[in-house]
Amino acid sequence: MATATTAGKSAGPRAAPRSFSARLMDGDQVAHLITFIFAASIMLITVLLVIVLWNHSVLPRNKFGLSFFTGRVWDPVAEQFGALPFVYGTLVTSALSLIIGVPLGLGAAIFLAELAPPKISDGLTFIIELLAAVPSVIYGLLGIFVVVPFVRTGLAPWLIRHFGFLPIFKGPCYGVSFLAAGLVLAIMIVPFIVSVSREVLLAVPRDQREAALALGSTRWESTWKVVVPFATTGILGSVFLAMARALGETMAVTMVVGNVTEIKTSLLAPGYSIAAVIANEFTEATGEIYLQALVELGLVLFLVTFVLNGLARLLILFTAQRGGTT
Amino acid sequence: MSAWAGSAHLKIRHGISYFMLGLAGLCALVVVGALFYILGYLMKNGGTSINLDFFTQLPKPVGETGGGMANAIVGSMKLLLLASLIGVPVGVIGGIYMAEFSGKISAFILQYTADLLNGVPSIVIGILAYTLVVLPMKHFSAIAGGFALGIMMIPITLRSTEEFLRGVPLALREGSMALGASKWRTIVSVVLPAAYRGILTAILLSLARVAGETAPLLFTALNNRYWSPGWNQPIASLPYMVWNYAISPYDDWHRQAWAAGLVLLAMVLLTNIVARVVLARGSNAMPR
Repeated sequence: MATATTAGKSAGPRAAPRSFSARLMDGDQVAHLITFIFAASIMLITVLLVIVLWNHSVLPRNKFGLSFFTGRVWDPVAEQFGALPFVYGTLVTSALSLIIGVPLGLGAAIFLAELAPPKISDGLTFIIELLAAVPSVIYGLLGIFVVVPFVRTGLAPWLIRHFGFLPIFKGPCYGVSFLAAGLVLAIMIVPFIVSVSREVLLAVPRDQREAALALGSTRWESTWKVVVPFATTGILGSVFLAMARALGETMAVTMVVGNVTEIKTSLLAPGYSIAAVIANEFTEATGEIYLQALVELGLVLFLVTFVLNGLARLLILFTAQRGGTT
Repeated sequence: MSAWAGSAHLKIRHGISYFMLGLAGLCALVVVGALFYILGYLMKNGGTSINLDFFTQLPKPVGETGGGMANAIVGSMKLLLLASLIGVPVGVIGGIYMAEFSGKISAFILQYTADLLNGVPSIVIGILAYTLVVLPMKHFSAIAGGFALGIMMIPITLRSTEEFLRGVPLALREGSMALGASKWRTIVSVVLPAAYRGILTAILLSLARVAGETAPLLFTALNNRYWSPGWNQPIASLPYMVWNYAISPYDDWHRQAWAAGLVLLAMVLLTNIVARVVLARGSNAMPR
């Protein structure tokens, strides 16, 4: 009784005619609250991730500070942790995959959005989306038994013969290498570039194309000089998305990169990556600071991919809104 | 003279146009070809190594040929069951909030966070599960592996459930409310039934996505060469076995890795195709 009157009072004179308890009886507020709690778990997990990664990497952060990222020596026995070889390997393999994957993906997206008839375009896009669903361990499997032998016996000798004077193609190649990892990653990120870029290109208003064609430009000129520039921000978004994926990829990279803690200029040399070292050493990490050093690498990976994905989403959203007038 | 030069210039421009567009077509061909190459190569190598033993036998010790991965197949199923216990209810109910209750700003923030969480490298999710489940329990277990996969399922299920629910026509909701039904009543008896195929698609797609994940299992579920009774012990899974056998130096293990890879890929791709083609086509609420 008392609760009913206070509820009625607090609702104020301009409140809805139904009291709080009446709406509660309907169940709408309850449903609202319960579903909200489930949806908010997304925020909870994200916050939890940050707290866990931060709290479990205190020791190496206090001991090494920023030299964690500039040190070249990774010696768990001497408790010396410098992550530069892993950072270097991650950057090199990701950059390589983007150099190969972006032109390939953009080309395919242009074909699907501008040239192919809608039915064929939809069919091919479906196949390319299936490519994104292939588990990364399968890419690693093919990497070990197809890409690595191909690099060792075919690609690397050819590169050394013709471009051996360049420092990036120097030295012997045993197959497992930055190059092999870059190739495998390139195939893995292409589906992301294609599906996002295609949608962004399709969102470019039709008048833009027609205006370019009416001014006498060829099909390619209208595509390259009008449609693609119009969609640049969105395409950039797809590239960031792909980059985040390449940076965080674990299984495929660890299977073909060689897992050697060295910094070599040559792309034909074996190396290591951040995700790969976590995968390989986490279960064997003895000693608190060793484990925490690996968690700190995880924290780095988390922050970098978080920022990249955040930027990518904003860019894609921005383009979608600009092109969404049609 | 100038007209002739103009037409030559035009010819060159058209030549470039055809060349570049052809190049774009070639790119599409290469990318699409990659999938068929992967499929064909796995069928060739996996098809010859797959037999009944693969599905019924335990792995043999090093040196003995033969044996199978029965425990890993069952292990993967158990891990996926655990994952769906977390991922499906949280994802679907969260998706209902996003589509039916959320305001503009809260929807944007949650969508954004879900997309970001979806992009977090799976190995980092593995670290989370390790610290939250493995450390307190002091040993690797199926529960920890299922927890890691379940966390990964949440943002995927949530976002696609939301999209399918948003595809349900507003008129259906208004019709129900006009008859005097409350909002939750409308959701339960009108919106959800209208979108159930879509929600099923969302669940299947997220299952297919986590079924192939290896990285979060490395230090949560670990591996087991024998049967893993109950939920409290390390457990084998197909993707882990593919990795473990592929990097081993033994030819017989390589053969089994191909077989396991083929089974895994077939499972994932079939689930994808069923979800996207069969279920989504019959849905009256296709997103996009």
